[in-house]
Amino acid sequence: MEQPIIVVDNLVRRYGDFTAVNRISFSVGKGEIFGFLGPNGAGKTTTISVLCTLLKPSEGKAIVAGHDVLSDSKAVRQSIGLVFQESTLDEQLTAEENLRFHAALYHLPLGLTKKRMDEVLEMVDLADRRRDLVKAFSGGMRRRLEIARGLLHHPRILFLDEPTLGLDPQTRRHIWTYLLNLQEQEGVTIFLTTHYMDEAEFASRIAIIDHGRIVALDTPEGLKSMVGGDVITVHTQDDETARRFAQEQFGARLLPGSSEGGFALEVEDGASFIPQFVRGVPPVVKTISLRRPTLDDVFLKLTGRQIRDGELDAKDQFRQSLKNRKRRRPH
Amino acid sequence: MINVLRAIYTIWLRELLRWWRDHSRIIGAFGFPIIFLFIFGSGLSPAMGGLTAGLGMGGNKIDFVKFIFPGVIGMNVLMASIMSGVSIVWDREFGVLKEMLVAPVSRPSVAIGKTLGGATVATLQGLLILVFAPLINVHLSFIEVIQLIPLMFLGALSLTAMGVAIAARMHSMEGFQMIMQFVTFPMIFMSGALFPLRNLPGWMNFLVKINPVTYAIDPLRQVIMKGEGVPAFLMAKLAELGLTVEVLGHPMTIWNDVLVVSVFGLVMVVLSVSMFNIRD
Repeated sequence: MEQPIIVVDNLVRRYGDFTAVNRISFSVGKGEIFGFLGPNGAGKTTTISVLCTLLKPSEGKAIVAGHDVLSDSKAVRQSIGLVFQESTLDEQLTAEENLRFHAALYHLPLGLTKKRMDEVLEMVDLADRRRDLVKAFSGGMRRRLEIARGLLHHPRILFLDEPTLGLDPQTRRHIWTYLLNLQEQEGVTIFLTTHYMDEAEFASRIAIIDHGRIVALDTPEGLKSMVGGDVITVHTQDDETARRFAQEQFGARLLPGSSEGGFALEVEDGASFIPQFVRGVPPVVKTISLRRPTLDDVFLKLTGRQIRDGELDAKDQFRQSLKNRKRRRPH
Repeated sequence: MINVLRAIYTIWLRELLRWWRDHSRIIGAFGFPIIFLFIFGSGLSPAMGGLTAGLGMGGNKIDFVKFIFPGVIGMNVLMASIMSGVSIVWDREFGVLKEMLVAPVSRPSVAIGKTLGGATVATLQGLLILVFAPLINVHLSFIEVIQLIPLMFLGALSLTAMGVAIAARMHSMEGFQMIMQFVTFPMIFMSGALFPLRNLPGWMNFLVKINPVTYAIDPLRQVIMKGEGVPAFLMAKLAELGLTVEVLGHPMTIWNDVLVVSVFGLVMVVLSVSMFNIRD
């Protein structure tokens, strides 16, 4: 790792009696894609909010791009770009107006504004839609515009909080192409939270946060090796007996949160385990499969929960319906 | 410094662009005034009779519709102001506020840009009502319009700042309706916008006199009354009739009113900026 661009030291953030972030420490290297994963409510968004100076830390320290988030928040803001979970575009303005608004807020020199706007719009393929109102944009276009806006002032760090939440796979792939290019060519550091494990694979390092604490921090490969051997998923006529058999005879470790019908095991050598197991186990085996551990397994093992694919809770749904209603209203 | 001004300007501009794009808001600005001038006003006018009878200047000179005209202008300006200020809650809900708060601009500049933008929009909403003047026989000269603009803007500024102060720490849109019912309407109805302040019950008289909106509407009325040919020496008499405002027996001049609204406005601006400046 090169010299760190984000240093978090014993950071605590409380809301009243509730501790959302509990003494976390980590650092992010320059030019790195840093993944920040955790179940809903684990403290991801709180951590990002502290790093981008929206929330004050209750205790501890955070240095972003060489500036303290508490004492030098303006300098921190100037050096970061943000794409939040929920849209922060003004729908009543055009793409261009949104960018110009941003440029003024980030003190981009007037002479430079036009050039940068052309650049970023070109990059996200929205140059031909620059004069359209954002409310006419699809979800994917809005996201792309937000990423473009986040880059307008050439930030050293780009914070992406669920950047592809609710987007279709094609748009997600599109956005990731831009992001990877960006990281490669401009050397921008990317700090990412996501629900999608395939996206987390792009990260050079991943921190997993649960109940406000960091439970693991490693490269994707390193994390996967925490699960150890192979993952075997078995479904038999009598899962209870089969599970006990596998544990007693083979010393297989049971993985938490098995899916409906069947259970998942972790074994050292899956290829030789399968024939022996099928031969020996009393109930009839319906299906059995082997795979290499994925980040999902790591996540499940560490947090006991499946990472959920962007389910909206009640409040979000209400908010979404309000937005839709507003969008539909004729003007 | 130039950066701060540019940020304030761009937030101001955003308010204007949004207003300009939102045709329903512009058209909606005509709704209340039409109801009040042509239905409420025309309905009550015969019963009220000439309001300036006995002043020896031709009793019918100021009828009820003419009397409430400045009140309706004021009402429009003030409703737009409070709504603009409170729209910060809307900005918060739709994320735009976050974009402003994470930018390297200070929170006071955001609050000030928002207040100036809202006040400008509210003044424009007030100006729109002037198109009704010919329909109700109010003669507006160019000079009077020029006099009305800063008076409207001053009232708009203080009420927008009040809206921002109310909304600064508000996190839900449910509060919106409550503000209309418990803040906006009482302030407008207890300001003498729609009825002469004569022989009011004591408690109401008290509330009217401590209501800053009273002093925001009074100067508009005085300008329009003068334009309708009320001579300067009779202006004090208007206060006795409750057509303009008097405080403890002293008829308020335009400058007195301006002073009251300015002080209130200043307090509100300071309050809104400091409320808005609290970071969680």
